[in-house]
Formats: sequence, C-alpha cells, structure tokens
Amino acid sequence: MLQRLRENKSAQGMLLALPTTVWLFVLLIIPLILTLVVSFGRRSPDGNVIYSFTLDNYVRLFGYSTDCPDGQASCFDPLYMNILGRSLSLAFNTTLFVITLAYPLAYFIARAHPKQRNMYLFMVLIPLWTNFVIRVYAWMMLLRKEGAINIILGWMMNLLHIPFTPLEMLYTPGAVLVGMVYEFLPFMILPIYTSLEKIDTSLYEAAADLGANSVKTFLRVTLPLSMPGVVAGTILVFIPVMGTFIVSDILGGRQVILVGNLIQRQFLDARDPTFGSAASLILMVMTLIVTYFYTRKFGFGEEIVVA
Amino acid sequence: MTNEFAVEMRDVVKKFITPEGSEMAAVDHVTMRIKNGEFFSMLGSSGCGKTTSLRMIAGFEWPTEGEVYIEGKAMGHTPPFQRKVNTVFQSYALFQHLTVYQNLAFGLEMEGAKEEEIKNRVGHALEMVQLTGMDRRKPKQLSGGQQQRVALARALVKTPDVLLLDEPLGALDLKLRKEMQLELKALQQQLGITFIYVTHDQEEALTMSDRIAVMSKGKVQQMGTPVEVYERPANKFVADFIGESNFLEGKVKSISKEEASVFVPGLNTEVIGMPISEGIVKGEDVVVCIRPEKIRIAEKNAVNQNMFHARVTNTVYIGADTHIYVDLHGTKLKVLEQNRISRLDPKSFYSVGQEVWLMLMPENTLVLKKD
Amino acid sequence: MNPFRRSPFVITAAVLVYIFLYAPIVGLILYSFNASRANVTFEGFIPAFSDKVVMDGSLVLSSPCGPFHWYCDLAKNNDVAEAAGNTLTIAFIATIISTVIGTMSALALQRYNFKMKPFSQLALYIPIVIPEIVMGIGVLTLFSQFFGWANETFNLTGDARLSLGIATVTMSHIAFMVPFVTLVVQARLQGFDKSYEEAAMDLGANEWMTFRRVTFPMILPGIMSGALLAFTLSLDDFVITFFTNGPGSTTLPIYVYGLLRRIITPQVNALSTVWILVVFFAVLLLQILQNRDSKQHS
Repeated sequence: MLQRLRENKSAQGMLLALPTTVWLFVLLIIPLILTLVVSFGRRSPDGNVIYSFTLDNYVRLFGYSTDCPDGQASCFDPLYMNILGRSLSLAFNTTLFVITLAYPLAYFIARAHPKQRNMYLFMVLIPLWTNFVIRVYAWMMLLRKEGAINIILGWMMNLLHIPFTPLEMLYTPGAVLVGMVYEFLPFMILPIYTSLEKIDTSLYEAAADLGANSVKTFLRVTLPLSMPGVVAGTILVFIPVMGTFIVSDILGGRQVILVGNLIQRQFLDARDPTFGSAASLILMVMTLIVTYFYTRKFGFGEEIVVA
Repeated sequence: MTNEFAVEMRDVVKKFITPEGSEMAAVDHVTMRIKNGEFFSMLGSSGCGKTTSLRMIAGFEWPTEGEVYIEGKAMGHTPPFQRKVNTVFQSYALFQHLTVYQNLAFGLEMEGAKEEEIKNRVGHALEMVQLTGMDRRKPKQLSGGQQQRVALARALVKTPDVLLLDEPLGALDLKLRKEMQLELKALQQQLGITFIYVTHDQEEALTMSDRIAVMSKGKVQQMGTPVEVYERPANKFVADFIGESNFLEGKVKSISKEEASVFVPGLNTEVIGMPISEGIVKGEDVVVCIRPEKIRIAEKNAVNQNMFHARVTNTVYIGADTHIYVDLHGTKLKVLEQNRISRLDPKSFYSVGQEVWLMLMPENTLVLKKD
Repeated sequence: MNPFRRSPFVITAAVLVYIFLYAPIVGLILYSFNASRANVTFEGFIPAFSDKVVMDGSLVLSSPCGPFHWYCDLAKNNDVAEAAGNTLTIAFIATIISTVIGTMSALALQRYNFKMKPFSQLALYIPIVIPEIVMGIGVLTLFSQFFGWANETFNLTGDARLSLGIATVTMSHIAFMVPFVTLVVQARLQGFDKSYEEAAMDLGANEWMTFRRVTFPMILPGIMSGALLAFTLSLDDFVITFFTNGPGSTTLPIYVYGLLRRIITPQVNALSTVWILVVFFAVLLLQILQNRDSKQHS
C-alpha cells in the first residue's frame, strides 16, 4: 500500500493539505456561509435566529425604515449608510495620514548605514509588538482633558500669555483618527521600508550623474520604485481599519460609531445576529471590492512583510 | 557481478507534459547496454535526454515505456533508495547542515552500519579523494573543487556497483577540470566499478570514456568507442557535433561496399569516399564529410585520387596548429595543419591567394546519408 | 557623495514620527508609578516605604513597595494571573497545531498538484484579506448555533453543556493563524533545491528518513519563523478572542479591555508596562539569537 501511495503524487499532496483544508472549511468557510444564511433570517424574541428567507436586514441597512416621522409608511433612514460612509472615509483618511508619516521614517531607515538599520527597525517593531489594546489605552490617557497633551499645550499657552481651556479631544472623531493612525503606522513603515531598501543605491548615483537634483531623483526614481511597498502597506491598513471596533469604542465612546461597532453591538447588546450578519457581509463585500480594484490598478505589492 | 551488463535501458521512452499542456518525449526509444567495469559517457547538448536517462537509472524518474535493468533485474518503480547505484550531482547537493564526515556517514547510517565501520569507510573514502583531515568542516567552508570531491566520496563510500555522474565537473575552472578528468578516470580504473558519466563537453567524453553514447533530441545517434565515434561518425549530426567537419553535398555516381564515387557540384568533380551510412544507393543525394586534419596540402603533381586545386583565403595561427581556409570553385573548406616546424618565419605560412593542391585519402572521406 | 546622507527634512520628520510612536508608551509607563489611585492626573511618585498602605483620599502616601506599589498590587491580582495563564495556554496549543498543519499544507502547495489545490489556496487566502471581525462573528454564529442545537438534541446540562471557552478560542485562533504559517513556510520552501532530497534518497534514505534528516533541518528556520509569527498572533489577538471566549477563558487583551470600561487604576498601567518589558526583552533575545545564527552560517 505504501508503494501505491508512493506512486500517486497527487494523493500525497492531498493528504498533506487535508488537515488545514478541513480545519479552514469548518471554521472559516462554513461560518461565512452560515453568516450569509443567517443574514436572510429573522430575529427571534430571545435574540436567536429564525431561519427564513427575507431581505429585511439588507433593506434596513440600505436605508429603508418603517419607523418614520409624520406617519409615513416608509422613508429613508440614512443611519446605517452614514455608518458605512463614515467607516470608508475614516479608512481612507487613516491611510493617507499613515502614508504621510510612514514614508519619511521608512526612507530615513532605508538610507541609513546598514549597521544601524536593524536598530531603527527594532525601534519601530517594539510598539508594534505591544498589545493593541494597551496602545489604545495609552492614547486615551494622553487625550484626556487632564492628559499630557493638554498639560503641555496649557504650559505652552501660558508662556505666550494666551488664555487656554483644555481641549476636549477624547470621544471625538479626531481622537479615533489619531488612534487608528497610531495603531497601523508600523504596518505601513515596514513594507515601504522593504521596497525602498531593495532599490540599488547606484540608481541614485546614476540619476545624479544624469543631472537630477534630490527632488527630481525622489519623484522620478525613488517614489515609483517604492510603490509596491505603499500598495502592500495600504492593504495592510485599509482593511483592518474598516473592521476595527476597539479604537472607536475606547477613544470615540458612544459618539463615534463605525461598521465594526455596529456589528459588535448587534451581536452583543442588541442581540440581533441576523442584522449583524448582514452588516458583516456588507463589510466583507466592500472590503473585497476595494481590494480587487486597488490591486488591479496597482498590482499586489508582494512586499507583504512578515515581521 | 553475475551479469555482463551493469545497466541496460531497453526501448525506454520518457514523456513529459510541457507547461503549454502538450506531450514531449525527453527520451525517445533509447536502448543502451552498459558493460560492467566500463567508463560509459552520455554526450549531447542540453535537452538531448542524457540527464533524464541518468535519472531513470538512478530512480528519480520512472520510464513512461520500456524498462531499466540494473544487474539484470528490472527496476520498474523501485525507488532510488532501493537501488544499488549512487549519484554524484551536478550541484553536489551536499547537506549544508552536516559536516563532511556526517555527509559521508549519511549513506552508511542508512545501511545500518556500526560506528566503527563507518569511521573506517569514511576515512578510507576521504583518503581516496585526498581530503583527509577535512572531516569536521562544513560544505560552505570548502572550495568548489573540494566540494566536488566530497560529493564523489559520499557516493563512493557506499561501494556501489555503478556510479552515476551528472556533469560533475561543470562548475570547476578549466585547469581544475582537466586535472579532475584524469583523476576520475584513474579512480575508475583503480576501483573497477562502472561509471556512467553525463556531459555536454565532447573533449571530456573523448578523454575519459571507454564508450560514448552521442544523444540528440531524446535519441541515441551513435554508440561506440571514442575512436569509432570520431573517425566513423554514423550520421551527419555526430560528424558535426564531434570535432569539426567539412561538409560537401553531392550525388552518388557508383557505389560498392568499400567505395563510393560521389559527384560534388561544388567542386565540379567526382570524389572517392567511404560509405558509412547503411543503405546508400546509386543516384542518392548524400553528404561527404571531411575532417580538417585529414586534408593534406601536397606538393604539386603528386598523384592520388581526390586531388584538388584550391586557393588559400586565410590562415589562422593557433599555437600548436594552423587553420588554413581555402576556396575551391566557390566552395569553402577548412584545413588543419600541425605546426611541426617553427612558424617564426612569416614565409612559412601559406599566403593569401596562393594556389595549393589538396589531397584526401578515400578512407577519410566519409559518405553519409543526407538526413 | 555620502550615500547615507539624508536631508534635514527627512531627519526631522523621522525624529518626530519616532516621538509620535513612543510618547504614548512613555506616558503609560510613567503613570504606572502614579501616586493617585484615580489615575486622572499624575500626582507624583509614591514617596515612602511603609508596612501598610497609607492613603489619603485617592492618594497613596506610602506603601510596602514604595513607588512600585501598583506592581505589587498587580502581582496579587488573581484575575490577571488567570488571564495570563489562559493566554499562554491558548497560544502554545494553537501554535503547535497550526505550525504542524501549516507546514504540511505549505509542502503540499509548493510541491504537489492535486484536485483540491485551488480550494485549499483560496481557503488560505481568505483570512488574510477579510477583516478579522467578519471571521469573528462568523465563528461565533457557528458555535452558538451548533451548541444550541447540540445541547437541545442531546439534552446536555451542567458540565457537559457545550459552550464557549478555551477550546473554542483555541480552535478559532488556529484557523486564523494557519494561513500565516503556511505563507511563511512556503516562502522558505521556494528556494529549496530538490536535489538535496534526491541525494538523500540516492544514499539510501526512504521518504520519511529524507524528511527527518535532510528536508526538515533545512526548512526548520522557516518553520520557526512561522511558529513565532503564529505565537505572536495568538498572544495579541483581541477580535477573534472577543467573540469566541466565555467565562473562564479570558485572555490578557480581553481582560485589559474589560478594565478599561470600568475602573482604571494605575494597576492597568503597571500591567501594560510589564507586558511591554516582556515583549521588549523577548524581541531583543530573538534579534541576538538571529544574529548569532546568521554569523554561524556565514
């Protein structure tokens, strides 16, 4: 029998891949299918699922509401669309800010002396390896009315003799943005660094030899060659931002609600798994659409760095 | 060694599926009988099937059709670790994470040998390749030549009946390669085991082998001793691949078993030659093959068959030889003359435009089929 | 021209970004020594050592551990110990299983063609491109529906009742980690020269011996990288754990999250600081080991 197996290469491959495939089928594929099925269901009084086929949840997500003012039968409630829109714009803004901050640092490290590079990278990795929740908490402390930022600002304003009332930074959309940027910054630094580091330094010399100054060299040589890193980093940032709920939960309080929070609340507080499943599916579809179009345009940026 | 033949391939075919999806025969109906104790080479350029054939003997590939026999036993789908042959790989494939000693010991451990025995045999093998004392080193710390010897020793330590060598000297520089060629040949004769050697370097094959199989496009073009293959190439491919040849096209005017008379339009005369290919008939279009060193530039008026009047177009001095390019009625030929005399005097060279007489012996004028 | 020269603009920007990265962490560590229990403003370090904790309102005047009062407090916290224990247990088990099956699937994908291959590749690809929360609620739905049905049908009660806990968390972690392990090991396999394995078989080793003595040692660094990545992912995971844990299976990230929504004493900061330090030294150790490993091989 062993000889039969030896001869059948295809069977060998299948056996090796079987455990993983089965595991993922049960714990990934089936849950996704189940989510789809549940999203067409109705909520039972005790928060469970009544399996049926109704588009109510999706319709509600897209704005159809029966809870209308002036006794109208149905009207458009943009609540959920707003949440979706807010999440998209937050993801977009976060990515922009992250690129702005990450690029100079990545460039700095990439052009440093090889012996120093590891140290600089190490310094980027430490915050990354610190737990997500802790990092969010750290910002919570800084942004409070009595937090360090206000203290420093107050001290600076006092020096300039300008009256100062502490800023209400916590529980605002701005706080959520700062939190997101902070969380995902290292995920952009590393891919950009990797693609910058791959650039042969003799290219810079060649550009200089041909008469380009630093700005031109950057725009025409460095930037295009570092694009794969930017693309990879964008995917590593955009997708998680769309789904994160902790940051908006802790730094945004009840004020800022993103798709992630919506889903979380449906499953825990409101106990409507059908609606939550529908929202989750919409989130997944949106993410996949964005990823698809983005990679079509910009390529897949194989610099997905494994720390 | 009960069998006369160490290894046999009987009508072996090996087909692969190309990336485009079509079927391709890397080995196309190959039959070879390799004798015990001989140094046998498979010679050809890349893609000719020599490496695939070797791999089928080793057991890394299984024939699509036909059968491989080792010591008279059909191998079928027997895996490599059950075959009494060992391979020296082109890339050496030394285990990087093991020392030289551990590399050599590996095969013996697989046999279940005891530590004492392993130590003995490994020491002996290292001596054989002149690497005593290197047993603690790791492959990365060795030079290319040393790594090659370790690969050799690792295969030989198992005292196989047949040793397979897949272009083992390819990565070495010229001088080292030539040294190793002589060493390998000496080793083979000393050990008396069968060597099956794959190479694309014809000089290497001619130097070392007892017999050569010249291969092209998955088929054996000719199998014979170095002298046979060089002096009596079986077809145009072998005549062209091995050494250099002048080729002249012509039509057979008359033919017997020992002699053929071919009219060569390019020379506007008849040429007497030796029919090599089988089944040549009168009136057939054939190719006449003449090696450069076989053409003699003669004194005027010497009488012989195959005497031609030509004009020198160029001479190239190569040190031990001189290449003389001549033109006869628009047909170009190359002649090779050994520099038996010193060439310091420029007048010793034939001058461009000089008229000379070329002489050809019929038994060196080969008549081959025009395939 | 100095190839390592960078414009002052870049250098300043880099410094500012580093400050941005570390300021919150520095603040966090500082506040772990806060004398004020309310932890709203920093009221200075706890000045004195004494046998018992002496407080004035919400200010700690003196403590047996002095400035490290909150760390001592942390050490006495059983919930933290339990959460830490759970986190490590789950991480270890999940890492071992996901590394084994992940390596197997990497070998399968890299070297074989089989009918199921496109499906396996797709399945491995999905967790990387979908948001974690989608996977989280998916698994939650699966468990809750399945457990609900099973408990009803088989009349399970008490201890036999299926519910969320360490098992569900571990299983979900594995599903999430396997694609990453596979990716890392596959990358390592790509450069792997098959002639090593052929040489081993040529010398008499069968398939298992070849794998054990030649292939495995050679891909081990890749496997270790994969395992390390998996371990980190599990240790740090919040989202999936959030949806699949139950009473008794709290992990550290969940525990901290819970604290943040209730009372926040400097103990949280102490916990965070300890965590940061552990990570710091672990990464440092890793870098040293890696350096030593690469030096040996050059």
